[in-house]
Amino acid sequence: MEIDVLKKVPVREQDAKVRATNFEEVCLGYDKEEAMCEATRCINCKNAQCIKGCPVAINIPGFIEKVKEGDIEAAYQIISESSALPAVCGRVCPQESQCEGKCIRGIKGEPVSIGKLERFVADWARENNVKPEGAKESKGKKVAVIGSGPSGLTCAGDLAKMGYDVTIFEALHEPGGVLVYGIPEFRLPKQDVVAKEIENVISLGVKIETNVVVGKSVTIDELLEEEGFDAVFIGSGAGLPKFMGIPGEQANGVFSANEYLTRSNLMKAFDEESNTPIMRGKKVAVVGGGNVAMDAARTALRLGAEVHIVYRRSEEELPARVEEVHHAKEEGIIFDLLTNPTEILEDENGWVSGIKCVRMELGEPDASGRRRPVVIEGSEFTMEVDTVIMSLGTSPNPLISSTTKGLETNKYKCIVAEEEFGKTSKEGVYAGGDAVTGAATVILAMGAGKAAAKGIDEYLGR
Amino acid sequence: MYKILKAEELTTNIYLMDVEAPRVAKSCQPGQFVIVRTDEDAERIPLTICDYDTEAGTITIVFQVVGAATELMKNLKAGDSFHDFVGPLGCPSEFVNEEIESLRSKKILFVAGGLGTAPVYPQVKWLHERGIDADVIVGAKTKDLLIMEEEMKAVAGNLYVTTDDGSYGRSGMVTKVIDDLLTEEGKSYDVCVAIGPMIMMKFVCLTTKKYDLPTVVSMNPIMVDGTGMCGACRLTVDGEVKFACVDGPEFDGHKVDFDQAMKRQQIYKTKEGRAFLKAQEGNTHHGGCGNCGGND
Repeated sequence: MEIDVLKKVPVREQDAKVRATNFEEVCLGYDKEEAMCEATRCINCKNAQCIKGCPVAINIPGFIEKVKEGDIEAAYQIISESSALPAVCGRVCPQESQCEGKCIRGIKGEPVSIGKLERFVADWARENNVKPEGAKESKGKKVAVIGSGPSGLTCAGDLAKMGYDVTIFEALHEPGGVLVYGIPEFRLPKQDVVAKEIENVISLGVKIETNVVVGKSVTIDELLEEEGFDAVFIGSGAGLPKFMGIPGEQANGVFSANEYLTRSNLMKAFDEESNTPIMRGKKVAVVGGGNVAMDAARTALRLGAEVHIVYRRSEEELPARVEEVHHAKEEGIIFDLLTNPTEILEDENGWVSGIKCVRMELGEPDASGRRRPVVIEGSEFTMEVDTVIMSLGTSPNPLISSTTKGLETNKYKCIVAEEEFGKTSKEGVYAGGDAVTGAATVILAMGAGKAAAKGIDEYLGR
Repeated sequence: MYKILKAEELTTNIYLMDVEAPRVAKSCQPGQFVIVRTDEDAERIPLTICDYDTEAGTITIVFQVVGAATELMKNLKAGDSFHDFVGPLGCPSEFVNEEIESLRSKKILFVAGGLGTAPVYPQVKWLHERGIDADVIVGAKTKDLLIMEEEMKAVAGNLYVTTDDGSYGRSGMVTKVIDDLLTEEGKSYDVCVAIGPMIMMKFVCLTTKKYDLPTVVSMNPIMVDGTGMCGACRLTVDGEVKFACVDGPEFDGHKVDFDQAMKRQQIYKTKEGRAFLKAQEGNTHHGGCGNCGGND
């Protein structure tokens, strides 16, 4: 295989026209030859910057070296030392701003395709039934982990590897958190990838109890005082969806992105044969410009709708990953930028019939450093749509903070936890992920879960 | 899996089940609800809790067959299991946290409509166990649809049963009984708790408003996760958006926008009805759901 050292070995993808009509994975990943070829582009820096860019500090040059040699199993064990969910991270991490953003190769040319290599190694391990190595001996101590999303799975996996007896409590009927209810099938296959990564965590000895809403079914104080847990990690996720507060928002056909995605992903509404179908819109407006908005838009597109992203700033400010925006455009999502909804119109039966918007222009930078959108006078217009999906972020869920004595929250109602080890104001209780930071990324949550596992180990080792 | 210990048909299309769910039973309080799923692919159905036994670790649920999912549920027998059973969800009734002394000085009227009798029961029972006897109005369309009369009689102060068609007890809607009690029969109350179909709760609130009688209602909108994540159950209370699953399910009935809530409840009616009728009638389904015109 011939390569241009300045460029990544290209990765195969489903054609945009074809994939716009199915829920199969968009990116097809490398095969072994392509991966080994891409691995030769890594120059194995002594002072590897990529590791510093990784929130869980994977020994990146180390595993790439093994890929180069064709020893994929060894590469997998190196990744597993730092990450419990490599097949997930290889797919959904924003590598361009993390490991690959720091890659020396990137200064002149394209960085090494670290994400795609990680994905290849993890997929290979799964296909060849290679499992991560578990603990040698038990520490004889019990830790409860609340939530089975990225931070909870990582924290649980790390603690189990250290020899702790870990139980994860999950509120929904299926483990995985946002990996299951939030991120769509075409970006992250549920059965082949997520379920298998969870099996790996279980194979380390972690127990998962579903259908337990901590704060309701049992409290943290009860877990510590009555059920014999020595420490608790809270990774309960982001929380309640935000709405704009404009007229018509309660009309039928207005969904939060959380609801829309949960129905499609967790409840499998995308499947026509499902018992729990979702309304298939003809013309859908998705309000917001983040990764979740892209996921909702691309889901609606696959369900057969004409889809518009309605975002009040310009393309430059879109918070979504460049790759997601690029994929969305390729598939035919229409971007109505510098546009802001002011009212949702309903028909006589209470169903959405349109959305009233105004055009915006960018003014002076605001507190976030981004240029503030300002309404252009007299620019009001109406877009005919039958479905509106609000993707405006979330506010913290009060279920745990309101039922746990001595657990401090900040002015945004997020749980306060020290960044280094995730320690909260309550003894023996650690926290991380979206419950602490507000909505962020899978890998940041994993980094926090990892840090908290260290913190808990130190606390229990005293 | 959550084992069903008892299953019985209370009356046409209304079923009662005792289910083993120790975690739920241990933390359960009046006013809360559960979400159940019959099997791996089933929808999540929110149900009110009718009774709970902390020691035995069981929860009693009562449900009415209204669609495809509840049709599956009614076929479950003692010894079968629910695939999922999660709770207790939502906030307990406000009085649970009130000082018992101040609660004892209050006169409380419960108004239960149809299936709403089930969630009213644990509230009246909770009060009864603390020496407080509340009056209860139970309304049903007709005698055959009346449920739990004996159980309610055992824990209520005065029990007033009424049927819309006059086939049993008093005759007329529950709102008529409220009017009669508060005027002709000289009763007075400090608070009213109404649980039943949304349309009933709306009219109870319009009635109690006339008498300035504070009224609590329990809202049962469409839900998905039941933990605050999806926002499907949102409703407007006093001009503000609230989530029934985490802020409720009980709200000040005089502040709830019922018309909007009822419109929102229609969202999936057609789809659920379709799935159900399609399953039942197969190829012979010719639009009996009233929506698809037989083409679906």
